[in-house]
Amino acid sequence: MNKYVERIYNGIVKENPTFIMMLGMCPTLATTTSATNAIGMGLSTTAVLVMSNMLISAIRKVIPGRMRLPSEIVVVASLVTVVQLLMQAYTQDVYSALGIYIPLIVVNCIILGRAESFALFNTPILSFFDGLGMGLGFTFALVALGAFREILGAGSIFGFQIIPDDFHIGMMVLAPGAFLVLAFLTAIQNKLGLPSATNGGQESSEFVTSGDVFGAFNQSTDAADVKEA
Amino acid sequence: MVDLLLIAIKYSLVSNVVLSQFLGICAFLGVSKKSSASKGMGAAVIFVTVLASIVSHLIYVGIMSASSPICKALGITDGLDFLNTIVFILLIAALVQLVEMFMKKNMKSLYDALGVYLPLITTNCAVLGVALNNVSYGFNMIECIVYALGIGIGFALAILLLSYVRENVLEDNKDIPRSFQGAPIVLLTACLMSMAFFGFQGLI
Repeated sequence: MNKYVERIYNGIVKENPTFIMMLGMCPTLATTTSATNAIGMGLSTTAVLVMSNMLISAIRKVIPGRMRLPSEIVVVASLVTVVQLLMQAYTQDVYSALGIYIPLIVVNCIILGRAESFALFNTPILSFFDGLGMGLGFTFALVALGAFREILGAGSIFGFQIIPDDFHIGMMVLAPGAFLVLAFLTAIQNKLGLPSATNGGQESSEFVTSGDVFGAFNQSTDAADVKEA
Repeated sequence: MVDLLLIAIKYSLVSNVVLSQFLGICAFLGVSKKSSASKGMGAAVIFVTVLASIVSHLIYVGIMSASSPICKALGITDGLDFLNTIVFILLIAALVQLVEMFMKKNMKSLYDALGVYLPLITTNCAVLGVALNNVSYGFNMIECIVYALGIGIGFALAILLLSYVRENVLEDNKDIPRSFQGAPIVLLTACLMSMAFFGFQGLI
């Protein structure tokens, strides 16, 4: 397989950031209330991810070692600001529905995670395709979860009513529904033995900013236990 | 006074930062395995949120808002609001580093209790969220502090409750179906807690 196509396949299927790596849980839980919101969040993250991967890869040889993380954060934050202003100008509805979660793309662990683990070691073009793959994988996962929650909770998909009002499970589009969907998703992964960071089927990322939400912090909490003992 | 009380109750209980706004999920799920660790994380988040809220508010009012002395002096009529995200994230990262260095040198006992959690907080979205919301809600200094305290206490409350459930009920429980052991049952617990917190909605 062509190495560029391989990066896209890797992002969407093999190392899907949401379903397999379990990264970026805050936006996953918060913005999947409807398929439309999910697509807005997914695409804006993709835009930031593609550009940040490419830019960080392009400047990887001129960043001094100690300034690596701050420089990456500045690049990502600037891109997020650009996306935020563009959304405010052209997609006002989605912008106001997503609210605070747009600027919070800065602290989305997928972006810094990809920069640290991929863009720093690869050419800009390959990094571009890696960002595209990861972003599309994230978008796909968010839309799947968003559509599921919207169908059950509001009886519609992308705003089109398909289930009559009497058969809605209102909770699914509220906060508990997000946790419930994710709980059953991980339970199904456990049952079928699918690879996922939550059941050890996938190696968890070593970044403190990210990684498997259940494993990344074990190291530091273990350190705390040692100190207490 | 009543306003301040309402802000505190609203953001610590009614729209809890973790359970209804989904900020700081990583820390909430990752550090809640032991109650001792949760206490440290909760305290560290309260501390950093309040500090970051105060400093970011000062910077916003002093430099970045349209009515700030600096913008007036330079003739920038629209303010520098578009730089909020960049400035606040760098500010929080620098602040956390500074606090860590200061604690290590001057407050050894506090550093031993909170030190390991401080670097993790830089990327906790709750802290950046508070700094950004302070601006968009147009809070003044006192309201900023109360809001940050409410968010911090709400986070600490949620993580402590989850850690007690995990320690006492979920740990090595053989009654949990096999495929639900580990992550799924923790997420289900969070789902039930989130439902329970809906009950506070009648408070305000």
